Amino acid sequence: MALTGIQIYKLLPKTNCKECGFPTCLAFAMKLAAKQAELSACPYVSEEAKAKLEAASAPPIRLVTVSADGHEAKAGNEVVLYRHEKTFYNKPGLFLRVYDDMSADEIQAKAKPASEYVVEYVGIELDMAGTAIQARGGDFVAAVEAVRAVSDKPLILIADPDALDAALAKLQEIGIENDRPLICAADADNWQAMAELGKKYNVPVTVKADTLEGLADLTEKLKEAGLQDIVLDPGVRNLSDSLTMYTVLRRLAIKSLYRPLGFPIIAFPGDAEDEDKEYALATMAIAKYAGFVVLDRFTPARAYPLLVLRENIYTDPQKPIQVLPGLYEFHNPGPEDPVFVTTNFSITYFSVANEIDGSGMPAWLLIADAEGMSVLTAWAAGKFDADRIAKAVREFKVEEKVSRKRIVLPGLVAVLSGELEEELPGWEVKVGPREAVDLPSYMKNVLAAE
Amino acid sequence: MPIEIPKQKWSGAVREAVIGATPEEGGTRKKKVIVGGQTTMPFLHFEGEVPHPPVIAIEIKDRKPDDWSPLLMEVWGDVADDPGAWAKKAEENGADLLLLTLSLTDADGNPNTPERAVEAVKKVLEASGLPLMVFGPGQADLDNELIVAVSDAAKGERLVLGICEEQNYRTITATAMANDHLVSSRTAMDVNLAKQLVILIHDMGMPLDRILIDPTTGALGYGIEYGYSVMERLRLAALQGDTMTQGPMLITPGEEAWRVKESKVGEGVPEAWGDWKERAINWEVTTATALIYSGADIVIMRHPESVARVHAVIQDLMTAVEPA
Ligand code: B12
Ligand code: SF4
Repeated sequence: MALTGIQIYKLLPKTNCKECGFPTCLAFAMKLAAKQAELSACPYVSEEAKAKLEAASAPPIRLVTVSADGHEAKAGNEVVLYRHEKTFYNKPGLFLRVYDDMSADEIQAKAKPASEYVVEYVGIELDMAGTAIQARGGDFVAAVEAVRAVSDKPLILIADPDALDAALAKLQEIGIENDRPLICAADADNWQAMAELGKKYNVPVTVKADTLEGLADLTEKLKEAGLQDIVLDPGVRNLSDSLTMYTVLRRLAIKSLYRPLGFPIIAFPGDAEDEDKEYALATMAIAKYAGFVVLDRFTPARAYPLLVLRENIYTDPQKPIQVLPGLYEFHNPGPEDPVFVTTNFSITYFSVANEIDGSGMPAWLLIADAEGMSVLTAWAAGKFDADRIAKAVREFKVEEKVSRKRIVLPGLVAVLSGELEEELPGWEVKVGPREAVDLPSYMKNVLAAE
Repeated sequence: MPIEIPKQKWSGAVREAVIGATPEEGGTRKKKVIVGGQTTMPFLHFEGEVPHPPVIAIEIKDRKPDDWSPLLMEVWGDVADDPGAWAKKAEENGADLLLLTLSLTDADGNPNTPERAVEAVKKVLEASGLPLMVFGPGQADLDNELIVAVSDAAKGERLVLGICEEQNYRTITATAMANDHLVSSRTAMDVNLAKQLVILIHDMGMPLDRILIDPTTGALGYGIEYGYSVMERLRLAALQGDTMTQGPMLITPGEEAWRVKESKVGEGVPEAWGDWKERAINWEVTTATALIYSGADIVIMRHPESVARVHAVIQDLMTAVEPA
């Protein structure tokens, strides 16, 4: 990882000329180590020292970006093995694969729905990253064209160097902005041609080998050829070897700072012989360190849980996703309509908001500041009690909005109703159902009937 | 240039626990389940031992549940009124062991009784030779009453009894000690709380190899990230030698996954959620597999199709691989 001040000092001219603005080279080195100074401030560092310092300050896993139009799939820049140690940063992109021996219609019928798929989870829109296109004895360029006719999302291209060259030229001709696919795969035989393509079109290149040494050897060759953006395919296709190799690669990059393998990983669950195994491999790839994930089978009922898993694994463990406290309106509520109250934990808020919204009935939803905790967690931690709820009622001036003062508590905290009545004189405190799913029928059968 | 494979050297190990007793051992089970014993993080066979695979318990109830997803009632419907028949069907559907959860009330709303609980347990023990876990309905007074009766009636079977929680563990621990059973120690997703409760139970004289740790979790999309990380941290602590965190971990992905809207509700949900049954099964499978990746030794599940899929996952993960 980063060099210490003393290690940096050894690379400096040691003349103490002060031109960097610090009294000594050592003082400057200390500031560099603390990231409070820029190396460029010293006019006298040798080129060699510069290269060493830059290499040492590079992230342990290189950030590789695949893009097209406004879309991006980024992988790399990770710094930990376990998410509780800090956080996982760059969510692996899910790509659905088509083959060039499929007809253009078949390709589009498969690629389009996946490319357009969007599902909302706690207010975040989740989608597939793009399409992978693999040669299998058909017309590769035609397949790429077929995909581009229905999707402007990032691509992964898997073919031999000649077919790739033609496809990349075609993409330039089509001319989608920032169209920068990932190409697969350089191996011991074709790496020179692949390196040329990587440079010619400025695209990232996957290296594929069955051993760590084989992979490292290839990345070193590509680096010598002038390529930086490299992705690793360790050739694993089962759960056990995936877990083993991905873990070893991550450790080598992060713990051993082994530069030849400091690149993101691409996983191919789609190669599995059946859909259940593919699904399991995809969960492994998401939880355990893959940066790009290539799938062969897409249905909404598979994509949704996989995308949610990815969201959960990549949440910053230090801060729960929250919504802003406040008074939210549904279906133009008036002064007679009921006020529901809950916490500002995103999952809680959206569970409730979606149901109220789905009911089609007007209502107010008051979000109290419970420091981003669920109803019971917040209640157990003393962050969601009568006092806080009453405070929210005052802070967000609820009494100016409603004349019929009815407030509905989550069923799980029925115990708060007595205290809340004391805190909010003149209010009718009601206890709602325990589960948000039951809100629409509660609104219809209980509240509206009153 | 040969690459040095980075291996972690751990000083600790997960403790082994044996559930169920065969006739030679004073019980009536036709097999027993052994979990734990690992000397590495999950399935890293190249740096330590993984002597036993994680196991799957299928959860059954003493009577037809009122609030289970229609998809679950579709598969279990015909046997859900008879815990014996349900146990048998669960065994046929690949359970490694069973969890019987006792209901709060009978079908008419009267509180459950020790007699009924014992009767249900006896039916299950007769119908199936699998090792058994029995959990109370989750209300301290009734839990104690029911579990004590069950514990006495099944002396020597090496059941797992639950749920021991911070406010209510003494009675269940005492009866489990007296009748040679194990206990499940449940706390709310926190490493220190988990450890603390194990200490309290152990202080009463319960041997550590008869305490399972249930660190609890949320379902996929509903807080699994907390459960996942707490399990990873507990397992790291165990391998680093912290004896009070070395118990095998038990977790309830079935209950959690089947509680959420994605699994319970088929209509009036966003189109992007896809086919109901496919989604619901994937929800349970994903919750369970993620928790297996993070260290679960016993996963409690509900749908036979999910169970089959997670079994396949476990089998694959148990293949030893040497990185090269
Ligand atoms: C995830 C979780 C955590 C996470 C926090 C996540 C977060 N940001 O809130 C962590 C690990 C940090 C945590 C901590 C704690 N937790 Co906690 N936690 C959970 C867990 C597993 C899930 C909670 C959750 O996210 N549920 C999903 C959300 C959507 O549910 P919800 O907010 O209740 O909303 C639903 C309903 O209430 C309803 N609803 C919501 N609003 C409204 C409004 C109206 C009007 C209506 C009608 C309905 C309604 O709709 C929603 C969907 O149906 C539960 C156990 C479980 N499986 O439920 C324990 C649980 C809530 N935690 C508990 C406890 C005790 C704690 C701690 C105090 C203990 C500890 N570990 O130190 C701490 C407190 C935090 C602190 N001091 O900082 C206990 C509470 C026990 C009790 N009955 O009081 C629980 C129940 C676990 C248990 N069985 O012991 N926890
Ligand atoms: S400018 Fe360079 S040589 Fe001069 S004191 Fe600073 S670090 Fe040393």
